[in-house]
Amino acid sequence: MFYIYCPYCGEHREEEEFHNHGQAHIERPKDPDSCTDEEWGNYMFFRKNPKGLHHEIWVHAAGCRKFFNVTRHTVTYEIKEVYKMGEQPKVVAE
Amino acid sequence: MQQYSGFGLLKHSLSHHENWQRVWRNPTPKKKYDVIIVGGGGHGLATAYYLAKEHNITNVAVIEKGYLGGGNTARNTTIVRSNYLWDEAGRLYEHAMKLWEGLSQDLNYNVMFSQRGCLNLGHTLQDMRDIERRVNANRLNGIDGEVLDAKQVNEIVPILDCSDNARYPVMGASWQPRAGVARHDAVAWGFARGADMRGVDLIQQTEVLDFIIEDGTVTGVKTDRYGDIMADKVGCVVAGHSGVMAAKAGFELPLESHPLQALVSEPIKPILDTVVMSNHVHGYASQSDKGDLVIGAGIDSYLGYGQRGSYPTIEHTVQAIVEMFPIFSRVRMNRQWGGIVDTCPDACPIISKTPVKNLYFNCGWGTGGFKATPGSGNVFAASLAKGEMHEIAEPFSMFRFHNGALIDEHGAAGVAH
Repeated sequence: MFYIYCPYCGEHREEEEFHNHGQAHIERPKDPDSCTDEEWGNYMFFRKNPKGLHHEIWVHAAGCRKFFNVTRHTVTYEIKEVYKMGEQPKVVAE
Repeated sequence: MQQYSGFGLLKHSLSHHENWQRVWRNPTPKKKYDVIIVGGGGHGLATAYYLAKEHNITNVAVIEKGYLGGGNTARNTTIVRSNYLWDEAGRLYEHAMKLWEGLSQDLNYNVMFSQRGCLNLGHTLQDMRDIERRVNANRLNGIDGEVLDAKQVNEIVPILDCSDNARYPVMGASWQPRAGVARHDAVAWGFARGADMRGVDLIQQTEVLDFIIEDGTVTGVKTDRYGDIMADKVGCVVAGHSGVMAAKAGFELPLESHPLQALVSEPIKPILDTVVMSNHVHGYASQSDKGDLVIGAGIDSYLGYGQRGSYPTIEHTVQAIVEMFPIFSRVRMNRQWGGIVDTCPDACPIISKTPVKNLYFNCGWGTGGFKATPGSGNVFAASLAKGEMHEIAEPFSMFRFHNGALIDEHGAAGVAH
């Protein structure tokens, strides 16, 4: 059971109030029409799947309904930091 | 290697069953193999077995970091079915089903395959439309299936709540009579024994740390216990850790690894003689020969390698089971566990060449790999042997995520396995 801090509500809440939305910081290609099939496929489907630190998006679905980023360890499940959309993580893998 | 038989059982009873041969050797690896399989789960062992049996390639090693069949092979809910919607997936799973039907004889090892049928329940009008579409597609592909209404479902499973009082009343189901369950450990052990007796080296307690790649071609693997072991071809069948292994080989896969939980109850008297699955209320159950109810549901939503899951997911699963089977409400749960499943965006596996020459991946089975074990091993072995993908495996290339030829099986596979 995760106990997640929502940076907008300023409170810790239980996991059930949130949904996970997968890998964070995926940038949509600036000019999609000129993408190769490989570039578009990579953007759409290929994901980092690390055993270790992972930057991911969560949404406070049953709360403020805002999206934010979480850096979490995928083995210990420890949440290292929570930061707002548009910000960069402070805790990064080596 | 000794053959197993009723007569053998009688003979060994005279010596109090103390003189059975070891089922497989525990060899020290050679310096070089024709093929190395990374991962000694069901799919990896099946691959080694069919390489030796059907393609006469016996200079093969299976390298496993833990013990044989100790990952998802030991953690799944043992359901076998082949009622998938699309032609490509139907062919693959039906190929496996045909092998299941003769597997105990073929392996001379009782995998306890029991074709007790499988119901996929429909609770909404859209569910029933999807079920009709899927059953029709199955029958056109030579896969058995029937559409049942709620009354017929209740005749097969009297303890299922098919009344109008349920929160999500059962409207009907698809019914595959040839589906069923098998003894998961026996499948791994049977394939391991069959491979070993044909000369395959099963190397346990040995982790593959990295691939040896020269000029874009794989030439071997680095291990923690035996140093470098060379190979002409390497097949990687590591389920949840496929993404980690792919990163070592220098490429990404369209996979995300999630915890998938299951639980079993205390053993009870026979009460459920088939498999019941519901995508809508999100749970499924069967009863093992030992008597425990084997229960599963969906994956945890987040990425994880922890082999454990969230309490809310278990709670949700148990709610679904009690919704379907009110009579189970006081059954106590005995054990709960999690496995790491590598899910693919289109809910179909990847059986494929990779950007690295002579390195092949068999992964992405997500929540439903067990049912495909013999078929997956069979087509992967054929692909490794010939250097060209088997025709059934061909559509499951990892490059389908670049050319767009996805096989969207979320309807038949996305939730319930």
